[in-house]
Amino acid sequence: MLKANGITLDLAGMSVLSDVALSAYGGEVLAICGPNGAGKSSLLRVLAGEGIGRGTVLLNGEDVGQSGPEVLARRRAVLAQDTQVAFAFTVAEIVAMGQEAGDHSATHGVVESALAAVGLTHLANRPVLSLSGGERQRAQLARALAQVWAPTGPDGPRWLFLDEPVASLDLGHQLEIMQLARGFADAGGGVVAVMHDLNLSAMFADRMVLLVGGKLIAEGPPEAVMQAEILERAYGCRVTLNCAPKRGPWLLPQSCTPRTAGLTG
Amino acid sequence: MAQSLPRLVPGRSLGGPAALPLILVAFVLAVSVLSLTGGAAGLGPGDLFQAWTGDGLTERDRVVLFDIRLPRLAMGLAVGASLAVAGVLLQGLFRNPLADPGIVGINAGAGLGAVLAIVLGGALPAGLLAATGSWQVPLAAFLGGWGATLLLYRIATHGGRTDVTLMLLAGIALAALTGAATGVLVYLADDQQLRDLTFWSMGSLAGATWTKLAAALPLLLLSLLLAPSLARGLNALALGEGQALHLGVEVQRLKRLAIFASAAATGAAVAVSGGIGFVGLVVPHLLRQALGPDHRRLIPASALLGGGLLVLADLFSRTIVAPAELPIGIVTALLGAPVFLWILLTQRRGSMV
Repeated sequence: MLKANGITLDLAGMSVLSDVALSAYGGEVLAICGPNGAGKSSLLRVLAGEGIGRGTVLLNGEDVGQSGPEVLARRRAVLAQDTQVAFAFTVAEIVAMGQEAGDHSATHGVVESALAAVGLTHLANRPVLSLSGGERQRAQLARALAQVWAPTGPDGPRWLFLDEPVASLDLGHQLEIMQLARGFADAGGGVVAVMHDLNLSAMFADRMVLLVGGKLIAEGPPEAVMQAEILERAYGCRVTLNCAPKRGPWLLPQSCTPRTAGLTG
Repeated sequence: MAQSLPRLVPGRSLGGPAALPLILVAFVLAVSVLSLTGGAAGLGPGDLFQAWTGDGLTERDRVVLFDIRLPRLAMGLAVGASLAVAGVLLQGLFRNPLADPGIVGINAGAGLGAVLAIVLGGALPAGLLAATGSWQVPLAAFLGGWGATLLLYRIATHGGRTDVTLMLLAGIALAALTGAATGVLVYLADDQQLRDLTFWSMGSLAGATWTKLAAALPLLLLSLLLAPSLARGLNALALGEGQALHLGVEVQRLKRLAIFASAAATGAAVAVSGGIGFVGLVVPHLLRQALGPDHRRLIPASALLGGGLLVLADLFSRTIVAPAELPIGIVTALLGAPVFLWILLTQRRGSMV
């Protein structure tokens, strides 16, 4: 499991995260939601073991601050929000980098399977630089998948940390990628994803946390977090919530109450 | 359906990654033979064979071969390989194909170190002087190159991202600054030192001797042996510092070693042959077109092509206006400057090579 306690981060004198505590489990998708600038990506970087901030993060029982990067790379893979590749590395070469860093560096066919999973087989030998934004994002996801190819390992689940995995994708690819993440969790792996889209989060996550101004204001299954008053407090807008049978809650935004007084007429 | 098949990257099928190492080795052997046989003294390939078997060579030919051409060939190979590998390492570190030791001012920093050692070396405490011996100039050049690289990295890179404009401009400033300091030292130098300096600053392999080569060899070997171990990390670094860390790379250690190895290679090369530019730019660039950007192939291939290409340039420089010699820096600049401009233009169009 993943257990974080007392996560506090200041950047350039500004408080980004204050005393955040959360847990995540193998077999589960956890969505980190919240408005822009809430500290979601920073929280993900702390959880991934980038060595920023204070507090403790235990991944499968081991402090990420104490594990070396090589050990950590076998336990978890990270999909960053924006990856800019220098030089003309091909999609297959990038995915192979992921595989080499993980447990299954010698297994045959991992690169091919990971590419097939994200639907990029036909672009395998193209330089990543020549792809569209959505294709690049899927190439990076294939790289992360290849790194934690088996969802569980000898010391516990393998982890996927995803920072807005579907932000630059069309509807079809959004569902495809979320289904991949769901499948990874269903096979025993752990997924922690920073998400903008609340409906997608409610649809695919087992639990959601809501981060506002560097603090957790809600945590629980989608039905518990997707409450009109909680969301209004977080986003400053009124929403109508509905519940689809067997599909969980979904929302329709209504109107926004301006959060900056100076901008009102 | 043929159109939907994976399209190969243009150029990468040329000779194929599999055949290229053999082609490079053959190229190095060919230019080596040419370099040993070409020149004013008129030694043919047959004479080489005789030297190999150990009979029938005149004393004069023996001297030309073993004391002039062979050390020059060895130094050309070593210096070319080092400059090319230094280029690959810097480009990987800065995540940019324009980072060449000559262009970004690292040659100039190493040059300042070397000139300092030549002019002021005599003033060192006797113990230190004896301890450093013939390694004094290469060591000082390495320190100068190291300082320049560290400074450049500090200036041009923030949060793992290199500002290319800043890198190139800082390189110009560094070169100007170290050039001025070098100028002051030249002004202070006495006649003997001045002769050493002129000889050295032309950027030439003409002064090659076994002694010089031996002085630079430890640093050259150190960097050439260290470089391949950095290849996987540099590949990951191409995705950015954060991603390299996620892929299990100790990023800070990688950066320190890459800076150290490239400075050692540049420093040693500059100490024995002066500032020869563009080798570190052209060689990796050509090889990326043929082999792709994977540093595990790029580093050894650059060493081979760099060595071969510099020996070839040296052959040109000493035969084209024979019996006089054209400084080799002119030959490499003639080859390299257009390539530099070309990369600059393709980068501006948004596609990084």
